[in-house]
Amino acid sequence: MNPPILEMRGITKTFPGVKALQDVSLSVARGEIHAICGENGAGKSTLMKVLSGVYPHGSYDGEIIFEDRPVAFSSINDSEAEGVVIIHQELALSPYLSVAENIFLGNEQRSRTGLIDWNHTNAEAAKLLARVGLAENPTTPISQLGVGKQQLVEIAKALSKQVKLLILDEPTAALNDTDSEHLLDLLRQLRDQGITSIIISHKLGEIEDIADSTTIIRDGKTIETITMVEHDNVQDRIIRGMVGRDLEHRYPERESHPGEEILRLEDWTVHHPTQTGRKVVDGANLYVRAGEVVGIAGLMGAGRTELAMSMFGHSYGKDISGTVYVHGKKVDTSTVPKAIEAGIAYATEDRKVYGLNLIEDIRRNISSAALGKLSKNGWVNGNEELAVAERYRKDLGVRAPSVLALVGKLSGGNQQKVVLAKWLYTDPEVLILDEPTRGIDVGAKFEIYQLINAMVAAGKAVVVISSELPEILGTCDRVYTLAYGRITGDVPVAQASQERLMELMTQEKSDQKENVQ
Amino acid sequence: MTAIANVWELARRNVRQSGILVAFVLIVALFAILNENFLSPGNLTNIILQYSYILILAIGMVIVIIAGHIDLSVGSVVALAGSVSAVLVIKNGQPWWVGVIAALAVGFVVGVWQGFWVAYVGIPAFIVTLAGMLLFRGLAARVLENISLSPFNTPYTDIAGGFINGLFGGNGYDVFTLVVFAIGVVGFAFSQWRARQGKIRYQQAVEAVWLFALKLVLIAAVVMWFAWQLAHSRGLPIILIILAVLILAYSIITQRSIFGRHVYAIGGNLHAAELSGVKVKKINMWIFINIGTLAGLAGVVYSSRMNGAQPSAGNMFELDAIAACFIGGASTTGGVGRVTGAMIGALIMAVMSNGMQLMGLDQSVQQIVKGLVLLLAVAFDIFNKRRAGIAR
Repeated sequence: MNPPILEMRGITKTFPGVKALQDVSLSVARGEIHAICGENGAGKSTLMKVLSGVYPHGSYDGEIIFEDRPVAFSSINDSEAEGVVIIHQELALSPYLSVAENIFLGNEQRSRTGLIDWNHTNAEAAKLLARVGLAENPTTPISQLGVGKQQLVEIAKALSKQVKLLILDEPTAALNDTDSEHLLDLLRQLRDQGITSIIISHKLGEIEDIADSTTIIRDGKTIETITMVEHDNVQDRIIRGMVGRDLEHRYPERESHPGEEILRLEDWTVHHPTQTGRKVVDGANLYVRAGEVVGIAGLMGAGRTELAMSMFGHSYGKDISGTVYVHGKKVDTSTVPKAIEAGIAYATEDRKVYGLNLIEDIRRNISSAALGKLSKNGWVNGNEELAVAERYRKDLGVRAPSVLALVGKLSGGNQQKVVLAKWLYTDPEVLILDEPTRGIDVGAKFEIYQLINAMVAAGKAVVVISSELPEILGTCDRVYTLAYGRITGDVPVAQASQERLMELMTQEKSDQKENVQ
Repeated sequence: MTAIANVWELARRNVRQSGILVAFVLIVALFAILNENFLSPGNLTNIILQYSYILILAIGMVIVIIAGHIDLSVGSVVALAGSVSAVLVIKNGQPWWVGVIAALAVGFVVGVWQGFWVAYVGIPAFIVTLAGMLLFRGLAARVLENISLSPFNTPYTDIAGGFINGLFGGNGYDVFTLVVFAIGVVGFAFSQWRARQGKIRYQQAVEAVWLFALKLVLIAAVVMWFAWQLAHSRGLPIILIILAVLILAYSIITQRSIFGRHVYAIGGNLHAAELSGVKVKKINMWIFINIGTLAGLAGVVYSSRMNGAQPSAGNMFELDAIAACFIGGASTTGGVGRVTGAMIGALIMAVMSNGMQLMGLDQSVQQIVKGLVLLLAVAFDIFNKRRAGIAR
């Protein structure tokens, strides 16, 4: 193994009242891909912020040795000057600037006159884009690229800064499988060119694939560093290290007793809001029974979210046609209040942007979709509201000092529980969960699955939309596959496998092409 | 445990509110020391009369700002409403109440107009109300045919300048004023006590009885001292009654009604509000109808106080109202703010203007000081948020 490029020794970082990191050590060998695993709130991001100078030298204890000498970064600029570049989960690109402008933002290429040399800038950008394998014109505005390509631009930007150690915080969280694969390939290429990477990820399969070694952090402490080639069953070992216990089953057991049909969707067709003539969902038929968890699987762009959102108050698309039945009765779901009234609840895939009021407290987020239940003649009963919130906080195990804590300060798993509480309080017949465990750590995922089981045990119907096939297979009774806006399969989970689902999800009928382009 | 945590969390989040209250008390104390006449009965009465219309505008403005909008047109609406009223009452000899109703109706229609563009067409409120600012100013000049109208007859001028006094007689002070305030204090104490009982019934944490009592006694003492001062001057201003009713009503509406909660939801996260079943368009429409109508009322009050209507009336009022909201803790990005905060913010502006006038400071100095206070108040807010953010 190569000598280390980076050593962090005895890092302790304290916030008022909280010890976020406690004597953490990390050693990264030169030219390796080093993964960092840990539950949300374990201290991974804090550690990376210490490393990159976001928390300046002096605000933590311990020492950092980079390229064999101690360093004291007091800002991101300092660390970048040394070749340590961090790419955050939320991409920091300016949407209306071009690819080249973004790459050299803050590092503008000046000519002798002091003005920006655009020819040089664009030429350099083109070279960098070639290195990351992105075939785009440097003058294209960033907003015209998908998330996967934007991620590559971020890496090109890092390369422009002569990066030696690249830190990626959950780089594939928002990417589909193809884009993820491409990104991981790129990391391998960069490794071969001598660039060391640290990757933070929740996707254990991905880590097993790409990492040379993995450091596990739990509760602000280093648990162990595993050299990947030396072990079998690394995934189990990582999970054990992350949660501090054996997770025999990643999915809680549940017996399935489907009852009568609750939701039925007939001939549901949705058109794209701006591209006329393009069908995003095309003649979908589906049903969901009481006590049943039904999965909707599909690749990104297959129309999963669009299907759910169009049904939930016509929140997506236009020229929507088709019929929704709840308990066999035709219902009108053309506005969100009507959909809620009909007994449908929809928890969005992006809880921060579409699901929660982050500057409001837990209590008011929980009550926000069903204020009518708490009020008389338009006046809200604040005491009752507090009592309700407190009850859901206990029932769902939301970890927060109190229900008056701001939702923006909770971890992802706890935020998701607040979203669930909010929809459970509307007392829905059918609950549609879009990516219910995205960005949530293993322990919290298990709790969310348990909540799903509790809902179906109470006779509700649950629809789970997920891009993670193991999750679909682990939680659902039956799976619909979507491909290019059409339902291509209705498979009982007992007869499903990842391969079978993937086959259905990529099935392309010849007559569909005109709709898809 | 959780109960204590709840109280602690509430206290922490109200640091901003109590901070601004402390600032207000300090400013009052400062001027009281600098000028012995500042807390005199006559001057206290003056402060209320002088700034009543800004307070009324700030009530509507804070709701607009909480929802994440802005309204730049209120100053012009004040002028337009006052003009219409003046034309009816002064020119056409209509009774005073016709003028009042017409002014409120003008405000209502303005609100429908602006609300339509913001809510249903989707034009940012900044643009809609900037256009409105020009539009209604021009209309006001048209209505008045570019000349000032005055004077109003007595009942109309009483709205902003009248007093209720002498009903129960008195020896050098007005007993009626004291009685009204006493009833108010008792009512306040009673409602606080009921709220406390409600909390106990739901097994929430409440402060210790002695603390509760101390708080009430303190508030009662300040309020009754204020009443005593008023009683020594001209008695109970009619406008103070109007203001008290508005503040009380809008505090309850913003904090306890579904409408109020939806306003906060829209400002906090528009998308989440939409997907939670909030009828965003309808709520936005009513927000603008509300501030339009309140601006109409402010138009009545201002024309009443000025005893006439001018095309240039209410110039820059929107900025005072907006400043009051931000000093009072509203967030520029929406979702945060309170009616009581905006009122304290407006009172800070009022007290500072009045205090500096008493000291004989130049208009230019006054503007400089007010500008700095606005900047520092928001800086303090951001500083607080940042500290809270790092402390998690």
